[in-house]
Amino acid sequence: MTVAVQVTDLHKSFGSTPVLRGVDLTVPKGSVTCVIGPSGSGKSTLLRCLNHLEKPDRGEIEVAGQLVGYRRHRGKLYELKEKVVAGQRASIGMVFQGFHLFAHLTVLQNVVEAPVGVLGVPREEADSRARALIARVGLAGREDAYPRQLSGGQQQRVAIARALAMRPEVMLFDEPTSALDPELVGEVLEVMKDLAAEGMTMVVVTHEIGFARSVADTVVFLDEGRVVESGPPADVLDRPGHARTREFLARVR
Amino acid sequence: MSASTVASPPETRTAAEIVPLRRPWRWTSAALVLLALAAVLWSVVTNEQFQWDVVVRYFTTGAVLRGLGLTLWLTALTVVLGFVIGGVLAVLRLSGNPVLVGVSWGYVWLFRSVPLLVQLLFWFNIGALYPALSGATPVIGPVTAVIIGLVLHEAAYAAEIVRGGILSVDSGQVEAALALGMRRGRVLRRIVLPQAMRAIIPAAGNMLIGTLKGTSIVSVLAVQDLLYSVQLIYNRNYLIIPLLLVATVWYVIVTSLLSIGQHYVERYYARGAGRLS
Repeated sequence: MTVAVQVTDLHKSFGSTPVLRGVDLTVPKGSVTCVIGPSGSGKSTLLRCLNHLEKPDRGEIEVAGQLVGYRRHRGKLYELKEKVVAGQRASIGMVFQGFHLFAHLTVLQNVVEAPVGVLGVPREEADSRARALIARVGLAGREDAYPRQLSGGQQQRVAIARALAMRPEVMLFDEPTSALDPELVGEVLEVMKDLAAEGMTMVVVTHEIGFARSVADTVVFLDEGRVVESGPPADVLDRPGHARTREFLARVR
Repeated sequence: MSASTVASPPETRTAAEIVPLRRPWRWTSAALVLLALAAVLWSVVTNEQFQWDVVVRYFTTGAVLRGLGLTLWLTALTVVLGFVIGGVLAVLRLSGNPVLVGVSWGYVWLFRSVPLLVQLLFWFNIGALYPALSGATPVIGPVTAVIIGLVLHEAAYAAEIVRGGILSVDSGQVEAALALGMRRGRVLRRIVLPQAMRAIIPAAGNMLIGTLKGTSIVSVLAVQDLLYSVQLIYNRNYLIIPLLLVATVWYVIVTSLLSIGQHYVERYYARGAGRLS
C-alpha cells in the first residue's frame, strides 16, 4: 500500500480555542476518505492544514511522501519558503464550499490560469486539456461563460476541473455540496464519484452520508478535534462503536 | 362571508384593465424646472456682459492652449505617479509587517492632514530648511515644487482608494489562488487587482477629475497652467469674466471626455460581474 496522505499528531488552535487535538490520519493512494462530524469538530481545519492554508501548531503532514510546509533538519521542523510551499500546493487540488471561481475570468480562463502561470504549460496544450476537463465535468459549450452566469452546481464542477488541471496527487473537498440547492447536489456528487472510480486519491469533508456510504473506502468521524473512530463505511456508519458517532448519525439522518 | 362570494366570476378577474396612477405633480414640477432652466439659459446667452465673442476669440490662443497643455500634463503625471506610489502604500498597509503597516498609515495620516496649498508653499520654500537645495538656480523651482506636492498629496488618497479596492475582493479568491500553487505576487497581480479595479475605478475617476481641477491651485506659485494663463491675460485687458469662461469651458470639456472614458473603463472591468454581461 502506498500512502498518499499521512497525518501524525496534528494540533491546531485559533487563539486559545483548540480546534485539532492530536489527529492521526492515513490515506492510501487511490482511496477515498470521507471526514464527517458535527460543525466545529475541526473537519475543515484538518483539510486546510493538508495544503498548508492553515499552519499546524504541532504534528506532521506528509502528502505524496513530502513533508508539507516544513523541512526536517536535526530533529526540528523549519518552515519552508513561500515559493516551496506554493510548489507543494500545486500538486494538492482543493475544492471549496463556496466554489471561489475567479469572478473576472471565464470558465476556460479559470481552468487555464494556474497550469500556464504556475506550471508553465504552453498555452495551446493547457487550452486543449482544459477543454477536455470542462467536457468531462459536463460543461462543454460553456467555456466562455463567466462564473456568475452558471448555477452553483455548474460552478462547483468548474472548480473541480480547475483543480484537476494541475494534475494533483490528491484532491481535497471541503463540504463541496453544502452551499448548493438540493436539486444541484447530485450533479456534483456524480462528478466526484467518477473521479473516485478513476482512482483519484480523495479526502472529502462532507455531510452527505449517502455519498460517504457508497463511495468512501474509509469514513473518519471527527469530534472536538479528535478522531473518534474510523473504518469502512459499513462499520462507522452502520455499526458505530461510539455513542457520539451514533448521536451524530441520528441527527443528520 | 359565505363561500360563494369569495371568488368573483372568472371573466371580471381575467379581463380587468390596469390603470396607472395619475401623477399631475410630476408634470407640473417638471414644467416648472424646465421653465427655470430656460430662463437661466436665456440670460446667459443674452446678457452681453458674458462677452461670448471675447470667449470665442481667446478660446484657442497660444497662451491658453499652452496653459491647457501644462494642466493636462500635470494632471497625468500626478495621477500616474500618485497611483503608483499609492498602490505601493496600499500593499504595504496590507502586508502584515507592523513597521511597513505603520509607515504606510503614517504617510497617509500626514499627507491627508496638511492642506495641499500649504504643502506646495513648503516645497517651494524648501531652500529655507535645506540651504543646499537653494542657490542661484534653485534645485526645486516652482514647477518641481508643484509636481512633488501634487504627487505626494495624490498618493495619500490613492493609497486609500486602492486599499479599499483590494479589501472589496472576497478572501476566498485569494485562498483558491494559493491552493492552486500561486505565489502572493501573482495572486495580487492576476486575481486580486483585476477584481479590485471594479471598486477602484469610480473612486479613481473622481480623483482624476478632482486632480484636473485641483491643479489650478498651482497658479499661486505662478506656474502657467490653464487658470494662471487666463489670469495673466485678464490682468492686462481686464476682460475677467470672459477669460474665466474660457478656462471654465475647457475644464468642462476635458472633464466630459474623462467621464466618457471612465464609462468604458468601468464596462471593461465589470466583465463577469453581471448575469447578462
